[in-house]
Amino acid sequence: MKRILVGIKRVVDYNVRIRVKPDGSGVATEGVKMSVNPFDEIALEEALRIKERGAAEEVVVASIGPTDCQQQLRTCLAMGADRALHVEAQGIIEPLVAARALLKLVEREQPFLVILGKQAIDDDNSQTGQMLAALWQRPQATFASKVELDGGTAGVQPPRARVTREVDAGLETLEVDLPAVITTDLRLNEPRYVKLPDIMKAKKKPLETLTLAALGVEQRQRLRLTRFEPPPQRQKGIKVQDAAELIGALKSKGVLQ
Amino acid sequence: MSARILIVAEHDGTRLNPSTAKCVTCAAAIAGGEISVVVCAAQAGAVASQAAALQGVARVLALEHPANAHLLAAVLAPQIAALAAPFSHVLGPSTTFGKDLMPRVAALLDTAQISDIMAVESATRFRRPIYAANAIVTVEVDPADKVVGTVRTASFQSAATGGSARIEKPTVDAQIPAHTRFVSVSAAKSDRPDLQTAARVVSGGRALGSAEAFKTLYRLADKLGAAVGASRAAVDAGYAPNELQVGQTGKIIAPELYIAIGISGAIQHLTGIKDARTIVAINKDPEAPIFEVADIGLVGDLFQIVPEIEKLL
Repeated sequence: MKRILVGIKRVVDYNVRIRVKPDGSGVATEGVKMSVNPFDEIALEEALRIKERGAAEEVVVASIGPTDCQQQLRTCLAMGADRALHVEAQGIIEPLVAARALLKLVEREQPFLVILGKQAIDDDNSQTGQMLAALWQRPQATFASKVELDGGTAGVQPPRARVTREVDAGLETLEVDLPAVITTDLRLNEPRYVKLPDIMKAKKKPLETLTLAALGVEQRQRLRLTRFEPPPQRQKGIKVQDAAELIGALKSKGVLQ
Repeated sequence: MSARILIVAEHDGTRLNPSTAKCVTCAAAIAGGEISVVVCAAQAGAVASQAAALQGVARVLALEHPANAHLLAAVLAPQIAALAAPFSHVLGPSTTFGKDLMPRVAALLDTAQISDIMAVESATRFRRPIYAANAIVTVEVDPADKVVGTVRTASFQSAATGGSARIEKPTVDAQIPAHTRFVSVSAAKSDRPDLQTAARVVSGGRALGSAEAFKTLYRLADKLGAAVGASRAAVDAGYAPNELQVGQTGKIIAPELYIAIGISGAIQHLTGIKDARTIVAINKDPEAPIFEVADIGLVGDLFQIVPEIEKLL
């Protein structure tokens, strides 16, 4: 079956203004709204559009984390994913562990495409997709803003994807043989809204629970996070009344000659 | 044990990207480290010379291969990983080039990566921003592990030039895949300063209201010798191309002067400008969050104020 695997992460919602705990032991996440990482929503949307164009038959969504991740997986099922895989794990899951777990799922599910968000908005690491591609020894096309699939020619050339990437210089286009890993940038698409009937339907869709141990992945934490601090605050500035005063202020600060 | 640090150079085939000089400064903060820079290219000559001129660099390793004509992560990662064996640290810039490449290198080396290093506390202890820089975390690596990291370029000054490192051409035993191919890059050619490294930046937001209005910022930028940036809202609205985007998911910059025009100041935008020396905000909404970080704020109609500033310059 032509299958796409989408990885999603449960993160503190985009609109929550996080606070560092006073004792510096972490970030206060108790009771705050949690959501699907926005970039991962874009990844799922892209997979659903590929399926709706007839270029894929099944979209499988996977998440690694505590039981609560199932809420976000249900949201993804409501968006249109066909089934969900939850890899149960507690505590910090470093990108290399996530990549190893995803590799196990890739070996099991044999997708022709894996789509992930380019970064999670909590740890801002931007690593998992690239690490999965390395371990899988397959191509990666990160920061994608456009994905075009080519089914290939039987016996002549393998199926391929042409991916436009958002890079510092502008837009770069790569051609990758499939299977491959794609990570999504913001402008790839605009994810659909979930409708109420779909939420009801999603409750009946299959959600399978696995564990890291059952997949044979060791949850090794290599980086110790020893201290959390709020960022330094900027000094309060001044207000000026017009353009002339603004230029004057810049000159007195020595910013303009 | 003294540190041996390998920096992966970013370049376009002829010019060394300024991000590499920032990585050298980060590496130099690791006490007693010996710094090498690897230049992967089809012909490394010109770029290797520029890297060799960076003060603090002991040697430049030129990895020349036809497949290195374009800096593809899948092609470079096995070469860097093969070269990395004797090094304690492997660093690259936290630009789209380094963000794409370095995790692939880390996975091949079976090690974790520290993304966006903003401060070096010791050879194994670093600080980095998380949650769109709303928190700073101190990260410690086991001294037995290799450190792979990306360097947040806005946090470091450029290393000075005038050095003269020796240039070597090592060979590495690496399987170079053919499954990933470069097709094209569309870079907006511009005579203006590069946004990532410009000393002055004029940036526009959604309040400009149209692509035509956004273009008027270029006049002001040219008078100031500034680069032009944009908020995500302006990019999403189609007023400005994506490569101008400043913020958590765009470019993180640290200019001497940042002028935010018609930008409300969403958290993800402020993340990209926190290290600017002086922030000027022009916005008609006195409650806009941009004024909380601005050194100089001016409440008013940008369409009236911007031409006035131009006249006064």
